[in-house]
Amino acid sequence: MKWSEFFTSSIGKKFVMSLTGLFLISFLIIHASINACIFADLPIFDSNDNGEIFNKAAHFMGATILIRILEYGLFVGLLLHVYQGYLLTVQNKAKRKVGYAVNLGNRGSKWYSRSMGLLGTLILLFLVVHLAHFWVKARFTHTLAPISYNGKEMHDMFSEMKMVFSNPLVVVIYVLGCISLAYHLAHGFQSAFRTIGVHNNRYNIMLTSLGYGFAIIVPLVFALMPIAMYLGWVA
Amino acid sequence: MLNSKIPSGPLDQKWTEFKGHCKLVNPANKRKLEIIIVGTGLAGASAASSLGELGYKVKAFCFQDSPRRAHSIAAQGGINAAKNYQNDGDSVFRLFYDTIKGGDYRAREANVHRLAEVSGNIIDQCVAAGVPFAREYGGLLSNRSFGGTQVQRTFYAAGQTGQQLLIGAYQSLERQVALGNVTMYSRHEMLDIVKIDGKARGIIARNLVTGKLERHFGHAVLLCSGGYGNVFYLSTNAMGSNVTAAWKAHLKGAFFGNPCFTQIHPTCIPVSGDHQSKLTLMSESLRNDGRIWVPKKQNDTRRPNEIPEEERDYYLERRYPAFGNLVPRDVASRAAKERCDAGYGVGTSKQAVYLDYADAIHRYGKGEVNKRNLENVSEEEVIRLGKEVVKEKYGNLFDMYEKITGENPYEVPMRIYPAVHYTMGGLWVDYELMTSVQGLYCLGEANFSDHGANRLGASALMQGLADGYFVIPYTIGNYLADEIMTKAIPTDHPAFVEAEKEVADRINRLMNIKGKQSVESLHKRLGKIMWDKCGMARNEAGLKEAIVEIQALRKEFWSDLRIPGTIEEMNPELDKANRVADFIELGELMCLDALNRRESCGGHFREESQTEEGEAKRNDDEFSYVAAWEYKGEHQWELHKEALNFEVAKPTQRSYK
Amino acid sequence: MSSNTMNLTLKVWKQKNSQDTGHFETYQVKNISDEMSFLEMFDVLNEELIAEGKEPITFDHDCREGICGACSMYIDGKPHGPWLANTTCQLHMRAYKDGDTIVVEPWRANAFPVIKDLMVDRTAFDRIIQAGGYISVNTGNAQDANNLPIEKQLADDSFAAAACIGCGACVAACKNSSAMLFLSAKVSHLALLPQGEPERKIRVTNMLAQMDKEGFGACTNTGACEAVCPKEISLTNISRLNKEYLLAGLTSEK
Repeated sequence: MKWSEFFTSSIGKKFVMSLTGLFLISFLIIHASINACIFADLPIFDSNDNGEIFNKAAHFMGATILIRILEYGLFVGLLLHVYQGYLLTVQNKAKRKVGYAVNLGNRGSKWYSRSMGLLGTLILLFLVVHLAHFWVKARFTHTLAPISYNGKEMHDMFSEMKMVFSNPLVVVIYVLGCISLAYHLAHGFQSAFRTIGVHNNRYNIMLTSLGYGFAIIVPLVFALMPIAMYLGWVA
Repeated sequence: MLNSKIPSGPLDQKWTEFKGHCKLVNPANKRKLEIIIVGTGLAGASAASSLGELGYKVKAFCFQDSPRRAHSIAAQGGINAAKNYQNDGDSVFRLFYDTIKGGDYRAREANVHRLAEVSGNIIDQCVAAGVPFAREYGGLLSNRSFGGTQVQRTFYAAGQTGQQLLIGAYQSLERQVALGNVTMYSRHEMLDIVKIDGKARGIIARNLVTGKLERHFGHAVLLCSGGYGNVFYLSTNAMGSNVTAAWKAHLKGAFFGNPCFTQIHPTCIPVSGDHQSKLTLMSESLRNDGRIWVPKKQNDTRRPNEIPEEERDYYLERRYPAFGNLVPRDVASRAAKERCDAGYGVGTSKQAVYLDYADAIHRYGKGEVNKRNLENVSEEEVIRLGKEVVKEKYGNLFDMYEKITGENPYEVPMRIYPAVHYTMGGLWVDYELMTSVQGLYCLGEANFSDHGANRLGASALMQGLADGYFVIPYTIGNYLADEIMTKAIPTDHPAFVEAEKEVADRINRLMNIKGKQSVESLHKRLGKIMWDKCGMARNEAGLKEAIVEIQALRKEFWSDLRIPGTIEEMNPELDKANRVADFIELGELMCLDALNRRESCGGHFREESQTEEGEAKRNDDEFSYVAAWEYKGEHQWELHKEALNFEVAKPTQRSYK
Repeated sequence: MSSNTMNLTLKVWKQKNSQDTGHFETYQVKNISDEMSFLEMFDVLNEELIAEGKEPITFDHDCREGICGACSMYIDGKPHGPWLANTTCQLHMRAYKDGDTIVVEPWRANAFPVIKDLMVDRTAFDRIIQAGGYISVNTGNAQDANNLPIEKQLADDSFAAAACIGCGACVAACKNSSAMLFLSAKVSHLALLPQGEPERKIRVTNMLAQMDKEGFGACTNTGACEAVCPKEISLTNISRLNKEYLLAGLTSEK
């Protein structure tokens, strides 16, 4: 089988979706962990942190060469995932030119498993907003306020977050983005493993539970950030 | 006139002898020889793939949308083979003997022995082709007993053995299609045989999607078109199962063997109303554990669970203490009919008997209590445990029963009644499976050859695959070796033109009747005549009446039939009309054959020929022959008798008391 | 044993042939016994239509005992109707009540063109099998059946996959019109058995290529196919198919 045949076959295309999806999932873990550093400011930890740990972590991510390289990989993965996703959605849809008068609907599958294209689009739209809020400012326009810890100067990402999330509309958009992500993951996580061929029943059960757990916890952690900032839980 | 071409020599050497001396066709010549196969069930698909592998150019036809749908797929129980894997004394001879005896000494010894000889190869072949038979924990094949034999020789794949075997043969067939050795024509129905100089040289087929007629040439034609149980309208056959291919061959000179030999299966779900379109079989294995009974009082309308033990008549156990509920199919069927006719039937139709699992559930429950060392177990708990065991053994059958009837068979006894299941009769063939027309072969249920007057359980699948995989590849060469100089005959040959015209004329005639009655309603009436008068019990007066009624029905059919739609389109009503027209003609011949056979044997029970206790009485002196009927014109047949000589399996009266 | 009757409204897809655009036709059926099968209800309707001089409804059916896979109605949005693990021919009218309206459509997929009314062309499935859904063993080459012990669990799993009846309900239910459940059932049936080993890679490669060529969609693991499968073929088979294909594709020498 030539590579061209492999990657243009229906399973090959899914394989790309699955690998890029899993790559993005692994990114989510890192992203969520770094961002969770803002919670260091919670009273139960250290109410005098004021975002120091978070800012340092964010600086590390932005200033380390290896991670900057990985960032390119991330974008390639994201674009592939988006491109292949749309391609599959359009191609799959075209396989039934005459539709049904009555649809199977939720009797056979979960709504979100059938709406991955839509959920993905919502996430993509959210991502544009999100990147404009932070990433563009940090990498390109450098319009973030500086802060220095022990003489080392870096962006005060923490304050930027506080500012952005003081707008309730933004908070709502972020929460909606996280909900889209949750449903996208609820199907995507276990589907990715099925696509790469995990058929052992024990692992499938494990991965399904893990997938639901992941789909709830990670977006929840993300969603808590704007909420926490807006409500002033972390200052 | 009838030459069965049985090789000389001792019975167990005949097939070896034949294979050693039959003519062969060299590979280069095989490529030039074309073979037409009609029907792609077990016999047809296995023949098509085997002949394709040998290098012949094969064209296969089926009326279904895919060869995988052929009705072989519905066989539940299993397939017999004399492997003796269970070390319980089985052998080729035992299988041969059981089959001859089970067929009530009306089958040809040489054919049956060959069937038993190749039975083992079938299992090997199927396993190699990936058929997932049931296995033991050690990884070896599992067997079960079936149909009253004393050994365990039945191989099975849950309750879907026919399906698995057919899919295996179908896959081999599709492989040959992919290799270009077989061309598959699905949704095509054969409507005539083309004969040139006395030899079968092709067929006229109708493309059921476009309605167009097609001519196809073949150096030989194989009919593997299955049985004709649908002549009774209600049967366990598929809706499309029909006699048309065999009947057309019969009209073109192929003799019809023992048409009246029909198998009525005792455990089917009873008819629920006039709307009934077909009957569903419940595997014979249910009789292993269930008890069959009717109320002792006539027209008892109480619910089964309200009838106390002493008011129940376990009639099989009463009449046949030795075999009880496990008597052979024909005996069990007749006994059920006798009770219902006498007014003891149950259910709304009164045409049913109870198959009760209450005893078995209780017995298995007790067994579980012992096995698990339980103490102080309540009656409910015993029943619950018993139900679990029954579910494990028969769960799928019980579920099917519940789907169809809406009753829960774990709580209420099942209602069952006999139904037409299999036809032992069929086109007469010689040892080489050739009909009385040169170059025209008949395989599987469509021929008459191996089951005599009654087929044993799990033997139909065996015969279909034996014929297709292991017999025809040898015997056809014996004929085709002399045909290598025959060039493919162009289909504009006058014989093709004429045959096509005949078919077209007939279709036009059918379409132009423009009467009032639907095919279905006429078919139902034919079925009723056949069931009432040529069914489980037959008598002279009834059969004579039936012939008159069928002839009248035939006139009505050809003068008052209504077929909607047009010819050149997908028109299922027209397809059915073509088939029912042939069933009507066949029905007459079946009654004629039943009338002629003034003895009871196997599935054929003549009321005039019974013992004082009402058991079937065979008459070997007068009727130890195959009745091969030659078509002589409308309503006219000539009987040819092929004497049956039993050199090894000497006939005895069957008794199950 | 109860026998209630009901009157129903049927909205049935009518389409003269593959070129016709087709439309829904509404029929009233009366006095339908709840003991009838769904197809027998259609028989009754067809008899009435013929008596009235109208065109009966064409549909595929054969064994009527749930094993041949011919019947193929999409009933009220669900292949084979409301019951679980069931075929149209085994659906009985007990599932409905007086006054119900039932919408019946053919399987819809580009790869299953409508032949007439509710009858579709499923020969694409045959061609997928032709691409490799078999073990290449000629008649007469087999060794003794018990020379090849097969672990019971594998044999059982293989059988469970082989129970597929090729009806196409999976394709009909799939939002992508994918035939992956059908394909994976065959690939699993043969891949689980040692007899299938020699052709394992070439089989899955060719069969998938054929499936794609026939115009079926790609799987997105929604599970709709599994939910409607009359033989309860498991979605796990699709995972196994993926594994087989990835192994074949990633280890290919060419």
